[in-house]
Amino acid sequence: MTIAGHFSYWITIFIAIAGLYIVIARGNLVKKLVGLSIFQTSVYLLYIAPGKLIGGTAPIIAQQFQLYSNPLPHVLILTAIVVGVATLALGLALVVRIKEAYGSIEEDEILEQDESLSSEPR
Amino acid sequence: MKDYLVLRVIAKLMIAFMLLFALYVQFHGDFGPGGGFQAGVISAAAIIFYAIIYGLPAARAVVPDWLVETMVGAGVLLYAGVGVVGLLLGGNYLDYFVLGHDPVHGQHRGIFWVEMGVLITVAGVMLKIFYLFAGRAEGGER
Amino acid sequence: MIAPHFPVLQVVLPLLAAPIMVLLRSGRVAWVLATVVSWAALGIALSLLAQVADGSVVSYAIGSWPPPWGIEYRIDRVNAFLLVLVSLIASVVVVYSRASVAAEVPREQHYLFYTMYALCLAGLLGIAATGDGFNLFVFLEISSLSSYVLIALGRDRRALMASYQYLIMGTIGATFIVIGVGLLYLMTGTLNLADMASRLPQVTETRSVLAALAFLTVGISLKLALFPLHLWLPNAYAYAPSAVTAFLAATATKVSVYVLLRFYYSVFGESRVFSALPMGEILLVLSLGAMFIASTVAVFQHDLKRMFAYSSVAQIGYITLGVSLDSATGLTAGIVHLFNHALTKGALFLLLGSFALRLGAVKFENIGGIARVMPVTSFGIVLGGLSLIGIPGTVGFVSKWYLVLAAFDRGAWWLALLIVLSSLLALIYVWRFVEAAYFREPDETVAKLKEAPAEMLVPAWLMVGACIYFGLDTGLTVGGASQAAAELLRSGR
Repeated sequence: MTIAGHFSYWITIFIAIAGLYIVIARGNLVKKLVGLSIFQTSVYLLYIAPGKLIGGTAPIIAQQFQLYSNPLPHVLILTAIVVGVATLALGLALVVRIKEAYGSIEEDEILEQDESLSSEPR
Repeated sequence: MKDYLVLRVIAKLMIAFMLLFALYVQFHGDFGPGGGFQAGVISAAAIIFYAIIYGLPAARAVVPDWLVETMVGAGVLLYAGVGVVGLLLGGNYLDYFVLGHDPVHGQHRGIFWVEMGVLITVAGVMLKIFYLFAGRAEGGER
Repeated sequence: MIAPHFPVLQVVLPLLAAPIMVLLRSGRVAWVLATVVSWAALGIALSLLAQVADGSVVSYAIGSWPPPWGIEYRIDRVNAFLLVLVSLIASVVVVYSRASVAAEVPREQHYLFYTMYALCLAGLLGIAATGDGFNLFVFLEISSLSSYVLIALGRDRRALMASYQYLIMGTIGATFIVIGVGLLYLMTGTLNLADMASRLPQVTETRSVLAALAFLTVGISLKLALFPLHLWLPNAYAYAPSAVTAFLAATATKVSVYVLLRFYYSVFGESRVFSALPMGEILLVLSLGAMFIASTVAVFQHDLKRMFAYSSVAQIGYITLGVSLDSATGLTAGIVHLFNHALTKGALFLLLGSFALRLGAVKFENIGGIARVMPVTSFGIVLGGLSLIGIPGTVGFVSKWYLVLAAFDRGAWWLALLIVLSSLLALIYVWRFVEAAYFREPDETVAKLKEAPAEMLVPAWLMVGACIYFGLDTGLTVGGASQAAAELLRSGR
């Protein structure tokens, strides 16, 4: 296979790296979660793309079809999507609480507040 | 957005069809694309749509908080309960074959109730998330 | 007639309890329910361990779909041992949690606390029980998501940030694991771990399988807080409610170690991981890094919970050190330490919870002379500390003894020396506690404190007692661990 023939994998890798980069490079807590979601999305593609057979149909047995796509990746990824939704919702809920507790959602400002708190003599 | 007559009328018209479509997706899941997760999201979207147009208190009057929280628990319990029924009827956990007179019938019955559990939980969770976030913005710090 | 269903009931009972707690909305009923399912889980786990003690394997097909098509729960001596560990810790912690949670968590959240606790337990037991790669990921996420919530319930606002950081790191770890499982699925066409292992030899030389091994190693290492991927752990343990810290420190990382062992030995096979690739050497270096650097950092902490959290990172280093030695003795040492460290850290964090109940934050400057007013708690911490150092008569000695034996088996006397040297670091940080608690005059606030209530002391001392008992009678732990090690070494062939 040529490099172009593997295009779905190239897209997967690009999405994964882009997502991870956002998680690492951004200090905004919401942007980090966005990056995390993008990273998780790459996994959906990793599973789904190889499940498709060119010319294959939905795997419901019928007389006129012989070639079926693999349905299992879809089921797995539906589960992974639910997990992703739950993670994102929990993450955002935490960000809301953090904003209420610190008044900021920038990582460096929050860490600064904690630093000044712990260096004070008590 | 309570003052826009067009939005209010269109919303009222559409919400009924959204809920109907959710039921279609739910019950057609046996034969085509669909199922409890999608149906749950669509029906929750209908309620969220209602809340956006008519305000959160109106939506909370239609689907109160206690109902939403009950839905979250009840759906999971229904799903897990189907598994336990399979156990009690002599099969393995989540065994649908023993639920009906013949295995195919049993599979249909098992899938039906499991998907019902998924619908209830997913709709409940989506609404719970929406209520919590929307409620914070209203009564929060600003 | 119910015994054949034990593998699934092990997981389903806590899973069923969680929605019932949500429906009933009562903190007290939820606690009773959590206690009942934890003890039931312990009973089931013990009976499963008895079933597989002769080396047989219990297989359970969910929904009567036979493996490898359906999801299979597969119990052998390795995960039966782990199921007993997790449910044992859970049933001790749940008794303790009532008083501790009542003091640290707002009243209206109690039923939700126990819901999350039950879900976390179900997830951890599920990871151990399942024989399916994707099911493992789902349970991993169930346990992780519920532990993020449990950590965020801490009183300090830094608990929120700790939970958020754990969420980011944990999700990256879990996603790496699911990428690894996905690559293995693409190469073998199966998700059943046993089936995967039998098909893997045909494709073993491909780059995809190597990539899968790499993704799984990094992902699981994030989850088990292998140095230097441990950054989420100290804050998460330091700011979580006391009962949660004790439960997670004793179980969550240990279950992740099991996942690593399962993939290395049962799926990839020992020869492919350790002979063909330098995984042993990599693990060895990282473990030594954990033992020395994390212990050194622990010495300089002000907060006792943080100090013992860094000590956890170091102790995980001992476990992976045993694994990296790639021998039956090394693996036995790793598994024994997995069990022993769970007991020791469980005991220590439970006892620290008693301080937290009376003092709020447990810092060195606040606990001067506390041994005079809370002698039972303080003495328990000293005993637990002795076990961390590895004094003969405690469980810590047993596992370090086997580690040293494994090092000598390889002819690596320098390694044995390093193990002893790193234990001296533990001596320093345990001594810091002894110095503060016993040799300082109590100030006004400390002098007014009372000993913790019995319902917190009894579970904590049960764990301390277990630390001593299993340090003297090693038949059950070392026997179980060496059987589990033999099973793992056999399964990859």
